[in-house]
Amino acid sequence: MRVTVERRLRQPRWLAVVVPVASLFVALCIAGLVLVATGHNPISSYRRLFDAAFLSNGALDQTLIAATPLAFTGLAAGAAFRMRIFNIGAEGQLYMGAIVGSAAGLWLGGRGGASPFVIAAMIVAGALGGAAWASIPGVFRAFFGTSEILTSLMLNYVAGYILTYLIFQSESYWRQTKGFNATVFPTGKPLPSNAEWPTWTLHTQGGIALPLGAGVTVLAAVVLWVLYRRTRFGFEVQVLGDSEGAARYSGVRTRRKILAVMAISGAVAGIGGASQVGDFSHALDGDPNGLQKQSYGYSGIVVAALARYNPFAVLLVAILIGGLDSAGNALQGADFPSGLVGVIQGIILFTTLGGELLVRHRVRLVRAAESVAA
Amino acid sequence: MNNSLLVVLIASGIAYGTPLLYGALGELLAERSGVLNLGVEGMMLVGAVMGFWAEQRVHAGAVLSLIVAVLCAAFAGMVMSAIHAFLVITLRASQIVSGLALTIFAGAAGLSSYLGSDLNLADVPAHHAFHAVFPSSLQNWPIVGPIVFGQNPLVYASWVLVAAIAYYLTRTRPGLNVRSVGEAPGAADAMGINVVKYRYLHVLAGGALAGVAGATFTLAITPQWVSGITGGAGWIAIALVIFAFWRPELCLVGAYFFGALQALAPELQARNISLGPTELWTNAIPYIATVIVLVLVSWRGARRRLGAPAALGVPYVREEA
Repeated sequence: MRVTVERRLRQPRWLAVVVPVASLFVALCIAGLVLVATGHNPISSYRRLFDAAFLSNGALDQTLIAATPLAFTGLAAGAAFRMRIFNIGAEGQLYMGAIVGSAAGLWLGGRGGASPFVIAAMIVAGALGGAAWASIPGVFRAFFGTSEILTSLMLNYVAGYILTYLIFQSESYWRQTKGFNATVFPTGKPLPSNAEWPTWTLHTQGGIALPLGAGVTVLAAVVLWVLYRRTRFGFEVQVLGDSEGAARYSGVRTRRKILAVMAISGAVAGIGGASQVGDFSHALDGDPNGLQKQSYGYSGIVVAALARYNPFAVLLVAILIGGLDSAGNALQGADFPSGLVGVIQGIILFTTLGGELLVRHRVRLVRAAESVAA
Repeated sequence: MNNSLLVVLIASGIAYGTPLLYGALGELLAERSGVLNLGVEGMMLVGAVMGFWAEQRVHAGAVLSLIVAVLCAAFAGMVMSAIHAFLVITLRASQIVSGLALTIFAGAAGLSSYLGSDLNLADVPAHHAFHAVFPSSLQNWPIVGPIVFGQNPLVYASWVLVAAIAYYLTRTRPGLNVRSVGEAPGAADAMGINVVKYRYLHVLAGGALAGVAGATFTLAITPQWVSGITGGAGWIAIALVIFAFWRPELCLVGAYFFGALQALAPELQARNISLGPTELWTNAIPYIATVIVLVLVSWRGARRRLGAPAALGVPYVREEA
């Protein structure tokens, strides 16, 4: 008897749902083993995580706050990875979106623009900031054939240092320079009230605050789905993802398409950055232990991979992973093992990756004689 | 003379560059066999925490407990890399996503931090640490004193390792086999080289070196455990491999250059020298330099000439080759 792995000629649709769900389940089992091995009770740990993520008072609000940036970065990663363009720079693109978006908010808001106009401008500015930052690796990939993987990754760090510089190491436009606190601990200049993004309260179970950014992620998911599934552009980009040669010979302008995909991906991440400022922090957060410690850009890749790059699935997975994140924050310290959330996320990614093998391949047991005959 | 900016920069560049060097040498071995491992940061952190744990728990003389600690760190890094190896070599998963998953799993918000808090390693002073071994009369020699004789044993071990890996890759049969596996796995397979075995062994060796790189932080540079102590050094190590055109001897030069840049900002500040936004550019230069090198390397035929393994990142499946 021998195990053989053969490529599937067609992938059954049900596998696309069953495999991620099973991966998630297996991941929780493996993480449970880690918990047992280190002397914790997995059932009670998971129950506390689940309570803190979804059930306890105000938990869903916190989960939505954590899920919103993850939905943006997940959509950004999905938009690129689907096309086999590995933009791992969502982290830096999010920072750039936050920087440019908050500049728009501070400037236009400070001049007393109408609130919807200021907010729209912040979204556009965030998208432009993210897209511009993503275009750097995009141009290198399109015109020099430089792999976008490492260049986009390196630029995350550069963006992080720029962010820290603007608040901590300079007297920039973004920094709060007035008041007593400004001399003690550097912070970003607070947005004027007409640049703060509104929230809607859903009146179910005591009211859940829905930030504007969460609404924008739904809109972005719809736009991405239509763009990739229903337009000529989307079709050409998919051909490009499957075979660059085939795309080029059939007349697709490959360079433009690569650049466009990078810019779209960066723009979505950039809006996520603007949403961080407009929805939640209301000032540019340059603290190396603040926004930069959240690593939304990297977790977005987990979200996108688990959602198999489908934009609507990204929204669901973002709520799940966001819940895990916010529960991890809520339970930190005390007797709850820190770092558990990262461990679970990593294991989820591992099992999802392993599960991909089952979607793309068939694993069969064959007898020795049969395999010789084949 | 030993306090002049240049001497201080070179000496501390070597000290700060040593973890980068270990990490880069490990990544170089994996990449030469055709496997990109973006999990260096995670492997380093787990090596750092487990090395420190062993140093805390082994009650023996300084020399013995430090050796055990380094071995423990290497083993921990190796276990981490085994996950990546299994996923990408056996299950043919995407090397990029798997490596990132490894960093998320093991990194600053993952397993390393979990182990650090679970084993109660935070805020504990180290019993032993690697110090300079030569007598202070030698260390006080002008110029060569601090640079050559003022280093800890891990630094000297890394010099031996650079020479050994350079010799291995260019002068030995297994070393040449690794390179052929990284360049043309199909041809190597046809020659009877076991591609899967070579890839596994070199990814594991890379993990072990990443573990040692992490231990360099917790046992030599800042002998304590702090969550996320490596501060992104793993990513610089990956960048360094490209920066060094996949050559061990150039890794050494690059590591010390990047290490010296890390030491530059505090040194300039201490001497009241202002060169614009110093922290911004000294921090950002390693990354920007790597991007520039990446672009130059990929320019037309340069990629091959400068030594990127042709099959880097490509899974090898015998039936589909």
